[in-house]
Order: sequence, then structure tokens, then C-alpha cells
Amino acid sequence: MREQLAKIREDALARLAAVRDSGELEELRVRYLGKKGELTAVLKQMGGLPAEERPKMGQLANEVRADIEAKLAEAKREVEEKAMELRLRAEAVDVTVPGKTVDIGHRHPMYVALDEMKEIFIGMGFMVVDGPEIELGELNFDRLNAEPGHPSRDWSDTFYFDKDERVMLRSQTSPMQVRAMDSLPLPIRMVAPGRVYRKDEVDATHSPMFHQVEGMVIDKGVTMADLKGTLNTVVEQLYGKGTKTRFRPHHFPFTEPSCEMDVQCHKCGGVGCPTCKGEGWIELLGAGMIHPRVLEMAGIDPNVWSGWAFGFGLERTAMRRFKIDDLRLIFENDVRFLEQF
Amino acid sequence: MNLSRKWLNEFVKIDAPDREFAEAMTLSGSKVETTEDLGAEISNVVVGRIVSMDKHPNSDHMWVCGLDVGRDEPVQIVTGAWNVHVGDLVPVALHRSTLPGGKKIEKGNLRGVKSNGMLCSLRELGLDERDFPYAVITAAALLNDYHPIDPEKPSIPADIAPGAKIYGPVVAARVTDCAPNPDGTFTLTLEPAATAVTPCQNVHAGDMVAHNTKTNTVCTLSDLRAEQREFPHCIEDGIFVLREPCAPGDDIKPVINADDSVVEFEITPNRPDCLSVIGLAREVAATFDKPLTLHEPAVRGGGPGVLTDLLSVETRDPDLCPRYTARMVRNVKIAPSPKWMRERLRSMGVRPINNIVDITNYVMLEYGQPMHAFDYRYVQGGKIVVRRASEGEELTTLDGQVHTLNANHLVIADDTRAVGLAGIMGGLNSEIVADTADVVFESANFDGTCIRKGALALGMRTEASAKFEKGLDVMNTLPAVNRACELVELLRAGEVLDGVIDVQNRMPEPYKMTLEPEKINALLGTDVPESEMVRILRKLDFQVDGRTVTVPSFRGDVRRMADLAEEVARFYGYNNIPVTLMRGQTTEGGYNDAQKLENKLGALARECGYDEIITYSFISPSAYDKILWAPEDPRRQSFKILNPLGEDTSIMRTTSLPSILDILARNNNFRNKNVKLYELGRVYLPGGEDGLADERRVLTLGAYGDDMDFYAMKGAVETILRGIRARDVEFVPCADNPSYHPGRCAKVTNGDAVLGVVGQIHPLCAKNYGLDAVYAAELDFSALLASRGPDPEYRPLPRYPSVARDLAIVADKSVTVGQIERCIRENGGKYLRGVALFDIYEGPGVPEGKRSTAYSLTLRADDGTLTDDHADETVKAILAALHEKLGAVIR
Repeated sequence: MREQLAKIREDALARLAAVRDSGELEELRVRYLGKKGELTAVLKQMGGLPAEERPKMGQLANEVRADIEAKLAEAKREVEEKAMELRLRAEAVDVTVPGKTVDIGHRHPMYVALDEMKEIFIGMGFMVVDGPEIELGELNFDRLNAEPGHPSRDWSDTFYFDKDERVMLRSQTSPMQVRAMDSLPLPIRMVAPGRVYRKDEVDATHSPMFHQVEGMVIDKGVTMADLKGTLNTVVEQLYGKGTKTRFRPHHFPFTEPSCEMDVQCHKCGGVGCPTCKGEGWIELLGAGMIHPRVLEMAGIDPNVWSGWAFGFGLERTAMRRFKIDDLRLIFENDVRFLEQF
Repeated sequence: MNLSRKWLNEFVKIDAPDREFAEAMTLSGSKVETTEDLGAEISNVVVGRIVSMDKHPNSDHMWVCGLDVGRDEPVQIVTGAWNVHVGDLVPVALHRSTLPGGKKIEKGNLRGVKSNGMLCSLRELGLDERDFPYAVITAAALLNDYHPIDPEKPSIPADIAPGAKIYGPVVAARVTDCAPNPDGTFTLTLEPAATAVTPCQNVHAGDMVAHNTKTNTVCTLSDLRAEQREFPHCIEDGIFVLREPCAPGDDIKPVINADDSVVEFEITPNRPDCLSVIGLAREVAATFDKPLTLHEPAVRGGGPGVLTDLLSVETRDPDLCPRYTARMVRNVKIAPSPKWMRERLRSMGVRPINNIVDITNYVMLEYGQPMHAFDYRYVQGGKIVVRRASEGEELTTLDGQVHTLNANHLVIADDTRAVGLAGIMGGLNSEIVADTADVVFESANFDGTCIRKGALALGMRTEASAKFEKGLDVMNTLPAVNRACELVELLRAGEVLDGVIDVQNRMPEPYKMTLEPEKINALLGTDVPESEMVRILRKLDFQVDGRTVTVPSFRGDVRRMADLAEEVARFYGYNNIPVTLMRGQTTEGGYNDAQKLENKLGALARECGYDEIITYSFISPSAYDKILWAPEDPRRQSFKILNPLGEDTSIMRTTSLPSILDILARNNNFRNKNVKLYELGRVYLPGGEDGLADERRVLTLGAYGDDMDFYAMKGAVETILRGIRARDVEFVPCADNPSYHPGRCAKVTNGDAVLGVVGQIHPLCAKNYGLDAVYAAELDFSALLASRGPDPEYRPLPRYPSVARDLAIVADKSVTVGQIERCIRENGGKYLRGVALFDIYEGPGVPEGKRSTAYSLTLRADDGTLTDDHADETVKAILAALHEKLGAVIR
């Protein structure tokens, strides 16, 4: 019997070592350990053994069973590993085949630039306001201190809806300054992006409809130094830390002192190149301290409150941001253009 | 405004290079647009004296010249020009020189003879006869250059001998000597013996000329009625023979005024004083902290007669003419003005005409005061009347244009008729002409608005009107007219009468204000000392006495503290103002609900695959026809632009549909496939506040392509509405929207509110855009804003499993899926959790006129596992209701 057990063990272990798949494995398990298996058959002979032999034989039989079970488990693991390996190999794909696309739409590049701008100002405590594009001449001009003969009022420059020049298409977003002064509580920090209209024929740099972003701050003790500081911060966020700017005197009817802000040409670093027309600087925006007369007309006492305002063209900013060289692309809306952004 | 730096230097000496000059002026507020160095392209060109001239050995028309260019040895240069003589001073482009137009000159060989440069013509130096009238070339017909048109039949024999008759008094003559005269002419000694003076510069000793013995002149081509090709080298072109005070070796640039730079400034409308050399010189002096040397015009006068006897001035509309100043000059000699004056005018872009006209232009440039000169003999009655034109009055201006005027135009008139358009242009009837003897100089101040409107109405904005319309300094008229008279005397152009006529209707009081240094510093955020402010203001001709500032009369733009602050800031330096961050109360920034919704809608549309577009707000009125709106459709009522760029952009759209269809059509033309677009833009409806528009925002979707059908567009709309949590949205069939396919269009509603429309564009409308199947949706932004559902609140996840039941029913085709679904939902009791359509079928097995629809129902109880009985009951109730209400039966 001892020999029988040893043989079973030897036999089983050898067969298990050579097993190839889970079917064979199950066959061997039944053959050796099953109810009608070889080990069971041997154990059934235990009754015929002398009493003192039985515990020894029992122990031996258990050892054999344990060995076979251990080997079975090991073989099972190996078979499974092999099977997994085969499966993984069979399932391998060409990862360079393009993925399944999800077609999502694209934000218009000009609004991408606008969104960036709005986020910067919102971060500085500004609110975003908007207002009518069909506007009163009074708000577009008179309340902004533009005199009756001001050239921007010419019918060759501005679109009108009536002979009296009462209702017009706003030629700038600046009437939003007046609307904000009339409707918002002080202090005010606002930006007002929107469409504006001027009588320009369409070409690579002109369009009868374009966009401006107006900004205005009114508070006690606001200075021109604040204007510079704030706009410098905005420019650094837009064009990167350390971007150089300069301020030049200019003239707008509704600000005094007035200025224009240039950024140093990114192409040539200020030496002068075709991009900056040899000047080394690129004009970015117009700004200034709100004219006391404009504050007075809004019922705000310029001896108590002061403020600054700025305005710039969004198209030019977006075109510079994305190196777009023709304004017409903005309004052409060719999807081959739109989907680049 | 152009400024000659040489002219500027008369008032303030500035050595700074052009770029540095431009930068400094730009930063002090006079923005420089461009600087043109007049001599930038000219280098290594000098004055040379011709010391020898020999015929080229291998050419019948070239000369080999020796030139003294200030070196030890003469330089040999070959020229093809015949107008030069030994002793002439000429411009010499030496070896390795450059000329305008990028031309480079190198030494070389001309038919085997060395030529070490080039003699230059006027044009080669970038000049023309207007710059140097004396450089006009007259050519004699040289018989030795005669090339008959028909060699068989020459008009002049090739071997013609001196003395042979050509025709009438004209005989052939040989030049034995050619001596230059100081006035540029030549005295010729001829054979047969005669001496003749000729202006023709192409004659040399040895030449054979045609001598008119009657007039004792040398014949030109036109005298002989000859064609140019008969005398190919006798041309009215050649080398520029200099009559300037200069010497061999001198740089040519100062000689021809190419040593100047012209700076173009952008002058803002508040600074008309800077539209003058003196005005800019004041800014330059202040910018560079250099003294400004102004000159007080001094007129000797003493001309014959008494001014007031000869001339009177009446201003009938004193409001429109605050001041009228005039002086008179008699015994005028009209002639070209001197070179220095012509050069200055030319450098500023003004064409020289004659001494009197040039003086008026010169003074206008220098003082910024437009001037006019009348011929006195055409001022009838010796009376100048400034008045409004009478209705229909006609006037021909100097440019030859005939204008019909009305009472809005201000004219300068005499007793009987208009002689000029005030502040705009003089009349042809009183123009300064060659025989003008007596001249009236007008230096007046006119109302800016009147001049602007008049110029605009007549479509003739002139240099003068552009200045007047900005509002000029009333105090400037007298110095300007005196300067003009001073120049007349300097140019010896006439005799100036004593006295001035000066009608002063509205003389400004000096404007005084208080200097408030604290307030200025508070506005600028600076700490500029008061003394520095005073120093800056004084540089700009402000008088400062203690804290009282008197603003100069030409600075009408300075009236308040902020204006003074700007003057201080400009010269303190904008870039020296510190950079600070705002203090003060914090404000609440950020987006409001509507703006958040805008962002959300855009994001949702993009998630659905739609690209954002931006379209014009104005459209063509015919766009309404293209989208098939009936002629009487009230939505055609649009804001109409009175002065549009064109018909295509003449009305403000009341619908966004044509805009997006235009863009779809354009993309289709570009052969772009599967295009999906959206725009969140405005439409402009009548009836807003204050007579303005009711500007409503509309989310518009538009698409075409393989992957599009009605349900794809509807799916995008549903996704967007789900995204903003709109509840109770329904799609109601809509057959009456003319732009849409009547069977493929739905009104989108939310309770009583209409959110918009979705559908396939009507095939006829699509055809108008060259499109085939195209789909669109228009959703009103404010309706969307109102339809938003509340923010989500967590509901516990189901604890018990749900039961699924499929249901196929047959109903009349006219029963919509929407009706069936609503019926199922309304009758699903408390266990129905979801209804999902999964099949629609018509055909065999389903009776004619009927349709089968199949739904998957989800049933669930919250308090335990749903029993089959409960589920069956629910389905039964639903089927009963479907049958009763919609006549539907289970399939």
C-alpha cells in the first residue's frame, strides 16, 4: 500500500507537471482525487490493514493528497497564466490606428481672446456689463463730451437711423461708460465688450462692424498711476510676465489726461521690424482719466470721485493672439478656419 | 501734418537723429507717423566742374569729360548728354554711389573708354523742373545730328556747307565759338560771320546749326518743324547744370535740399495749433528743453495810396466771422518765389505756384493761419463783404468747380458777387494771375462748424477748411497777415500799403485759471513739485503768476485742472508716472445669471459639435425674401440705416436665420462637408425704450451634411435644453413657419412660453442659398433664461430593483409619438419611472393608415420589490388609457 501511494504520488506529480490546459487539469483532479479516484480507491483498502499501521498509512495518504493538491493548484495557476497570456496576445490592437473621435465644436477665436480678457478683469473685481448697439447719439457723443462738430459724428463715419442723429449704431463701446454711471452704484469697476459700427469698407484691417472692450473704474482717489498699474497687470497676464509697455499722450474727448498704451513688439523686442512698422512698439489701447465734464454730466462730483477708462479693439487683439493676418477671416466663418482654434 | 526739420531749426535748434527725435516727440504727445530722410537714398554724389570735353573715339554722340571733384586729379566720366560745357558745375555720382530708386553707380567701360561714375540729371536726383525751373533744357537742331526719315530723300544734304540756304532766311552755320553768359544763355560765333545769343544748351564749337538770319536765332526742332527722330540726340533732357553757390567736391545734398528730413505728425483734433511749424516748434522746444526763437514780423510799408480809401470790409454775420484782417500790396510783380521758399513748400508737400500764392501757403504752414490773396482789380467797389450766400448763388472756385450755394455757405463777396468760399477756397474770378498788379491779403477767422458743414456739403475739404473746422486762434490773424507782407517785401514782390483792416467781432478774453498742484498730483498719482509744474507750463507759453495761470489764446483745449494735469504729465513724462495697484473699496465682480447662461449655451452647443460663428448684425432687405417671409410679414419691420455702406448691410436684422444660412452657403461653396454652426447673436426688433431697438439675443443653430436630419438637429436642441435643466419642454408640430419645411418643423415650448423653433429649412428657402437639405434651430435667449430649471437636488438611489416591460401598440398614423408618450406618462401611476421609444414600424402586419410604436417601460416601487401583479396592473391601466384616448391597441 505504501508503494501504491508512492506510485500515485509520483504518477500524479509527473502528469500534473506536463498538463497543458484546464480540461486536462480537471481530468487529472478527478482521476486522482475524485470520489472514484485512485487515492480514494487506495484509502478504501485501509480497512484491511493492521490497526497499528492505519495511523501511519493515514498520515501518508494525507501527505500524498496534500502534495497532489498543492501541485494541482500550481498547475492551475500556470495554465491560467498561459491562457491569459494567449488571450492578451490575441487581443492586441494596432494602437496607432486613430481613436474614435468625439466631434466637439469650437469657440470662435475672437471670443477665445475675449474670454481670456474677461477672466482677467473678473479676477480683479470687475463686472461684465452690456448694453444696446442701437444707441442714442446723446450717449455715444454728447454725454462723452464730443462736441457737436466732432468729426466722428460725420455721416461718412457713423451710421444713423434718423436725420436728427438721435438714434445711431454705436461707434464705440464708450456709451457703456455713461450707462454704467447712470445705472450702477459707486464705486464701479466694469468691462463692457460688444459690437461697434463704423462706416469703413471691408478690407484686411477694416470692417463696418467690429468689437471693442470698454473698461471703467470710478472710485475715490483713483489715479493715473492706478490706470498704469492695472493695465500693466492685464498686459502681463495676456502677453506674459515682464512684457514691456509704454504710455503715450493722446486725445479722446471723454478722458483727460488721455493716453495710448503700446506693448513692446514681441517679434523684434523693440528694435523695429515689419510687424511693428519699424517702431519697436505696437499700439494696444486708448485710455485715460475720465474727463470731469463726463462725470458731472452723470451727476458724479469730480471733486470726490475720479476714475479711469480704457477701450480697445478686440479683433486686433485676437488677430495678434493667434497671428491671424486678415480681418475678413473673422467674419467669413469658414469652418477650416474656425476649427483651428 | 508734415514738418521739415530744416524749417523747424529756424525756430529751435535740434540735432537729435531722426529716430530719437520721433521717439521724444511721440512720448510728449505729438505722435510721429513716419520720417522721410529726403537724401536717404543719395550717397557719394558731389559737385563737379567740367574741365575738359572730348568726343568719344568710338561713338558719334558721347563725350568724354574730365571733372574736377575737389581731388588732385580730374575724374574721367563718359556722358551721352549734349547740354554740358567746359566750366559747368554738375552733380557727379562717383564710383560706388547711390541714387533715388535704389540705383547704384559703379565705374565701368563705355565703348572701351573708362568712366568713373555718372553725371546726373534732375530726375536721377529725384527732382524735377518745379524744384529748379532754370534747369529746363532747350535743344537746338544740330545739323550734324540730322538723320533723314527717308535716307533716299534727305531734307538737308549730309554735306551741307556753312552759308547754304535751308529755307527762307534760315541758313546753315558752323559754330566756331560758344561762350556761356551769366544768365545761362550762350553767345555763339558763327560762320558765315555772325554772332547770335541762344538759350540752347546743346551747342558746342564745331557744331553745324540752322541760323535764322532774320531773327538772328538758332533754330530748334519746332522752328524747323522737324521730328525728334530726325535729330535723335537733340533732346530736351540732359545733365542738371547747377547754378547754385557751390564748389567742386561739395556734397550734393545741401545743394539740392536733400539734407532735410520731413517728419509726419498725427495731430489730434484738440491741437489745431500744432498744424503749423511754429506750433510744433513750441512742442519741440518744450520736449527737448531748448529755447524757442520766435520772430516778430516787421513790415516797412509805405506803398502808394491809403488803404482805407481803397478797401473796406463788412461782415454781415459777425457770429460766423469773429475776425477779418486784411492788408494790401500794390505794384506786384508775379514771379516764381525763391529757391528757399520753394524748397520749404515742397518739403511740406505744397506745390510752388508763384510768389504771392506761395507766400500765402508759406504763412499758412508757418503760422497755421489759412490766408487768401485776391486780385484787387476784381474786387468790385473796393469792398469785401463777408456774408451768407444767397439761395442758388453760383461760384466757380480756383479748382474750376462750379458750385451752387445756399444760405448755409459763407462767402467772401465784393459789391456784387461772391469772390471766394470763406475758409474753403478762393474764387476763380479773383485769382492771382501773371498780370496781377494789386493784391489783397485776407487773414480771417471763421466759425469752425460753419466751415465744416459747408465743406462737407460741397464735398471739398481743403487744407484751409480742415484747419478752420477745428477752431483756430483768433489772435493769430494779425501776425499772419503781417508775416505775409514782410515776405512780400523780402521777396521784392510788391509794395505793401501802410495800415491794416481789422474787423474784430468776437475777440477772446485771456482765459485765467488756478493752478492746483495738489489736485494735479492726486489725479496723476505723482509727486511733481509745484515749481516743476510752473516750469513746464511756462515752456508752453502759459503765463503763471503765483497760482494764476493764463492760458495762451491758441490753447482753447485747456480749460480745467485735468487739462493742466495733462500738460504737466506730458512733459513730466507719462512713463515717469508711477505704477500702482488700485486701492479703495473692493467690488463684486463676476458673471451674472444671464452671462453664465450665455457661457453655458455656447459650451453645450460646442459639445454637440457646433462651431461658433460671428455674423454681421445688418443684412440686406432681400434676405427676408430669401427666407420666404411674406411681403406683409410684420417681422420685416426693421431699423433702417439711412447712410449704409451698401444695400447688403442696410437694415438691422430681426432674425438671425439669413445670417447663418449665408455662412452655411459660404461653407458649402468652400466644399466643406458636414458643417454645424451656432451663433449667440442679437436681433433688433422695433419697440425698445427711448425709440431704440428691443435687442434680443438668439441662439441659432444651423447644419448640413451626411450626419444631419431633423432628429439630429432636434437632438442637439434637446441636449442643450437638458443641459440648462429646462423642464416641461415640448415639441409641437409647426406647419406655418414659412422658412421651414411644413412637415419637419416644431415649435419648442415650455409651458406657455415659446422657446423657439427647430426644423428642416424649406427646400425653396434652401435653394435660395444654393443648399440642399439644411437644418436650423432658433432659440430665444430670454425665454431660455426663464425656462432654466433649479439647481439639482440629490434624490436617493433606488433600493429596490426595477421591472422592465416592453409595449408595442398600434394607432392611427396621425397620433404622434408625443401624444402617446404623454398618455403613457399621465397614466403610469406611481410605479412608472421611465418611457423610452425603441421602435417605429409601418408596413406588412400593421393595417393601412396605422403605425406601430414600441416602448420600453421602467417600473419600480420605492418601498419594496415590485410584484408582477403590480406591474401588470400598471401596464393594463396604460393600455386602457391609450385605447380610450388615442384609439391605440396592443399589437
